[in-house]
Amino acid sequence: METRDWVRDGLRAVGAGVLAIVLAVVNIPLFLLFVVTLVLTPVLGVGVVLLPLVTALIRARAQLTRRMGASFGVPIRPPYRSPPSPGGPVARYRWIVTDPATWRDAAWLLPGAVAGLVFGVLSLVIPLYGIEGIVLLPLWIWLGTGLYGYGFIWPIQSVADGLLSLPQGALILAIGIAVAPYLRRADARVARFFLDPTSNAELRTRVTRLAETRADTVDAQAAELRRIERDLHDGAQARLVSLGMTIGLAEEMVLRDPDTARRLLAEAREVSSTALVELRHLVRGIHPPVLAERGLDGAIRALALNLPIPVTVDSDVTGRLPTPVESAAYFAVAEALANVTRHSGATFAYVSIHRPGDLLRMEVGDDGHGGADPAAGTGLRGIERRLAAFDGTMALSSPPGGPTIVTMELPCALSSPKTSLSSGTG
Amino acid sequence: MRVVIAEDLALLRDGLTRLLRAFDLEVVATVDNGPALLPMLLEAKPDVAVVDVRLPPTFTDEGLQAAIAARTRVPGLPILVLSQHVEPLYARELLGDRRGGVGYLLKDRVSDVTQFVDAVRRVAGGGTVMDPEVVGRLLARSRGPLDVLTAREREVLAEMAAGRSNAGVAAKLFVTEKAVSKHINNIFAKLGLPPSDDDNRRVLAVLTYLNA
Repeated sequence: METRDWVRDGLRAVGAGVLAIVLAVVNIPLFLLFVVTLVLTPVLGVGVVLLPLVTALIRARAQLTRRMGASFGVPIRPPYRSPPSPGGPVARYRWIVTDPATWRDAAWLLPGAVAGLVFGVLSLVIPLYGIEGIVLLPLWIWLGTGLYGYGFIWPIQSVADGLLSLPQGALILAIGIAVAPYLRRADARVARFFLDPTSNAELRTRVTRLAETRADTVDAQAAELRRIERDLHDGAQARLVSLGMTIGLAEEMVLRDPDTARRLLAEAREVSSTALVELRHLVRGIHPPVLAERGLDGAIRALALNLPIPVTVDSDVTGRLPTPVESAAYFAVAEALANVTRHSGATFAYVSIHRPGDLLRMEVGDDGHGGADPAAGTGLRGIERRLAAFDGTMALSSPPGGPTIVTMELPCALSSPKTSLSSGTG
Repeated sequence: MRVVIAEDLALLRDGLTRLLRAFDLEVVATVDNGPALLPMLLEAKPDVAVVDVRLPPTFTDEGLQAAIAARTRVPGLPILVLSQHVEPLYARELLGDRRGGVGYLLKDRVSDVTQFVDAVRRVAGGGTVMDPEVVGRLLARSRGPLDVLTAREREVLAEMAAGRSNAGVAAKLFVTEKAVSKHINNIFAKLGLPPSDDDNRRVLAVLTYLNA
C-alpha cells in the first residue's frame, strides 16, 4: 500500500471515530425514547403512534452504523422484515413489534454507545497525543521546567529533553493513524454482533424472496403458455384448416373448372409455406434450435446476425450451461437486444458474456439515446423476472442521452465441458 | 339459402365465404368479433349461421355465447358452430334447448368440402350435426347403460348421433336400411328412449341422453 493511501485511510478512520463519538451520544436519548414509548403503549394507544416513529429513528441510526461498518470492510446487512402492504397503523405496529430486529436494535443502543465512545475516543486521543509531542517545545518553554513531560521523559528539564519529544510524538501520531482503521473495525464488529441478521432472519428474508420470485415465475410461465396457445390457434392451426378447405375446394373444381382448381392449389401451397414459417417462429420463441445445437455463445452470435444494427459479441463461455439457465440467459439477452433495436435509436450495440467462477455475467450496451425506464415497459421487467427465477439479477444504467448498459448476472455451473467436433483434428 | 359467417381470422372467413358461394349459398354478412354477432343474427335472420367459438375481444367463447343467446331470442335459429377443438360440455350447452338446427363441428371438417356444405344445409333444415369427435368422446365415457348395447349398435348410435339419416348410416356401415332401423329400435328400447320416426328428434334424444 502506498504511504498516502495509508495516511488517508487512517485520517478517514479518525474522522469516522469522531463521528462515532457523536453518534454514541445520540444513542442514549434514543434508548430512553424507546423505553418511554414502550411504557406508554398501554396508555391511550399513544405508543401505537409513537413506537413506529421512534423505531424509524432507531433504524435510521442503525443503518448509519451499518454503512460505516461497510465502509471499513465489515458489511452489516439490514435484517428488517418488509412492511405490510396494506399498512394500517395497527398492522404497522404489529409489524414493528413482531420483528426481532426491532428488539435487537434496542439492545444494541447502549452497548453500541459504550463501544462507540471507547473506540472513538481511543482513535482520537492517540493521534492527538502524538501531535502534542510534535509541538511540545514551545509549550514546554511556556509552562516551565519540572511541570511538564512527554512520553518516556518526565519531567522535561532541558531543551534537549524537549527536542526528544518530537520523534516520540511523530511515532505515536503514526501509530495512532495506523491503528485508527482497526479501531473502526473493532467498533463495527461489536455493532455487527447486534445488527446483522440472525440466521433465522436471513432464512426468513430468503423464503419471502423465493415466494415472490416463484409466484412471478409461475405467472410468467402461464402467460407464456397462453401466448403459445394463441399463436398456434390463430397461426398454424388456422392455416392448416384453410389449407384443407382450399384443397377440398380445388378437388371439387378440378373437373368443372380446372383453371380455378390450379389457382386454388397454388394458393394452398403458399398457405402451407406460411404455416411453416409461423411454426418456425413459434419454435424459435419456445426454444431456439440454434440454442439447442450450439449453446448460449452460438445462439447469441446467431441472434446478433439477425438484428438490423451491427452487434459485436464478446463471449468466453464455451461449455454448455444447464439448459434452463442457458435458456433464461438467452432470452434475457434477446429481450435486451430487442429493446435496443426497438427503443434506443442506437447505431451499434455490444454483448459481452463472461463467466467469472460460478457466475454468468452478461452485459448488453448500445450507443442510443438512453433514458430507459424499467417501470415503463414490460420488457425489462420481464428480464428481471426471468433472471430472478434463477436468483439472477439485472442492473440498468441508462442516463438521458445514453449510453444504455444492461448488466445481468446469473449463478450457474457448467454442466459439461465443451466437446468440440474439431478438437481431434486441430 | 342465406348465410351469416362469424370468424375473426380473415384467411378462414374469406375461405368459408368462397367455399359456400361455390356451392350456391348466399353469404349475406360476415362478422369478425363477438359483440357484433348477436345484433347481426337478430337483424339478418339468416337461414343458417356459421360461427367460430372463439372471437375477439376476449378470445374465449363469445361465439358460442352469442349463438345460445340468439337461439333464446329466435328459437330454433339454425347455427353451425365451428371450433379448433370440441368439448362435450359445449355440445351440451348448444343442445340445451332441445331444438334442432344445431351443428357443432371441428374446423378440420371443412376440408371435406361436400360433407361440410351438406352439414350446413342439414343444420339450415333444422337437423342436428355433431362432430364425430364429440360423439366418440361421449361414447367413450364409461357409462353403465351403454354397456347393454352390442358393438354394432354402438356403431349405429355413433353414426346416428353424428346426424346421419337411416339411409346415411346404412351406406356408411354397408348394411341395409331395414337392418339400421332394427338396430335403432333396439337401441331406443335398451336406453328407454321414446320411439320416434323423425331423424332429427332421434339424434337429439340420443345426444341429450349421452350428454346428461
